Amino acid sequence: MVDATFPVNILIGGTPVRVVSSDEVFARMIAGQYAGFTAAEAGEAVEVDVTLTDASLPFDGDADEDLAVHNESGIWIMRRGDFSARYDPVRRSCTVRQNANRYSIDSVIRIIHTLTLAPGHGFLLHAASAIRAGRALILAGPSGAGKTTMASLAPRDVRLLSDEVSYIRKCGSGFTASGTPFTGELGRAGENVSAPVAALYFLHHAAENRIERLADAEAARLLMRNILFFACDPGLVSRVFDLACEFISAVPASRLFFVPDERIWERIR
Amino acid sequence: MRNAYPVRAPNLASRVLNGEAIIMNPADSTLFTLNETATVIWLAADGTRTLREIVETEVCTQFEVDPETAILEAEEFAASLAGHSILRFAAGTKGQE
Repeated sequence: MVDATFPVNILIGGTPVRVVSSDEVFARMIAGQYAGFTAAEAGEAVEVDVTLTDASLPFDGDADEDLAVHNESGIWIMRRGDFSARYDPVRRSCTVRQNANRYSIDSVIRIIHTLTLAPGHGFLLHAASAIRAGRALILAGPSGAGKTTMASLAPRDVRLLSDEVSYIRKCGSGFTASGTPFTGELGRAGENVSAPVAALYFLHHAAENRIERLADAEAARLLMRNILFFACDPGLVSRVFDLACEFISAVPASRLFFVPDERIWERIR
Repeated sequence: MRNAYPVRAPNLASRVLNGEAIIMNPADSTLFTLNETATVIWLAADGTRTLREIVETEVCTQFEVDPETAILEAEEFAASLAGHSILRFAAGTKGQE
């Protein structure tokens, strides 16, 4: 008897990940979740082998357990109430145990991207992003700052990259932003395109539209607060810090105080 | 404190961006940003000069400040950084903790 497997190739920011399971329904759900970011071939992909536990039973971990990511002899161990995973960055392989839900595998894929990017390439940022006139604009802020609001107000000439998680990669002396399928309240995946980053804005709701340029050190501090990084690893954290400082040296950063209507997009052309 | 030898704690990540330092402790990801004057002191804190010497030779020569006021502010700043374990003080022999 041959066990069937159902691979789904996911290509985000040029980094290929292949999710493999033996459950066709789960595979179809994953393919739908990452529609626009799937590919027939994924080249040298990170192989993510998912073992599904009985969906009728609660996951065998503590349901309230917070995410923990640490390294044991070169292997990244990820654990949260709804999944456990082991990622070998050298072999580019990952094993995951979870129920047949979309949220657990989505978290694993985000973590893999942060770990893959951190050694020198880039980072995931808690930010909406969009391309206008060939330039990427990054709109960063914590939950409630206005990322989804700004994304929903974007005019037609704007190509949305994400309303929640932006994919930033170092490219020569600058940085590019790529679309991601990681959605926030908008519930709509970004477009699978990239562009050089032209500006970074930290969002603040306000009574009037206003832009204040930030000093670089303060901008770097704010940027660090919005970078998604889950691993307790001082070496990688230092590398992310270096990248954040390089980003701020290359990209102008400002606070964007805005009234939630479409006129704000006139200010950030 | 003004006659102690400040020295930056090891294993910190730091950068100076347009004259202002940002410092991170990678162990817990805490972040600190310093203004230009504090950055000068931070960069000079290599354990070979007292805080007073750093203020006199670096701060007072680069900024228009009253020396005694500068010393007092430097002591306050240094104590704050020491409280966060990102600056240490060596007393006595130069270069030793």
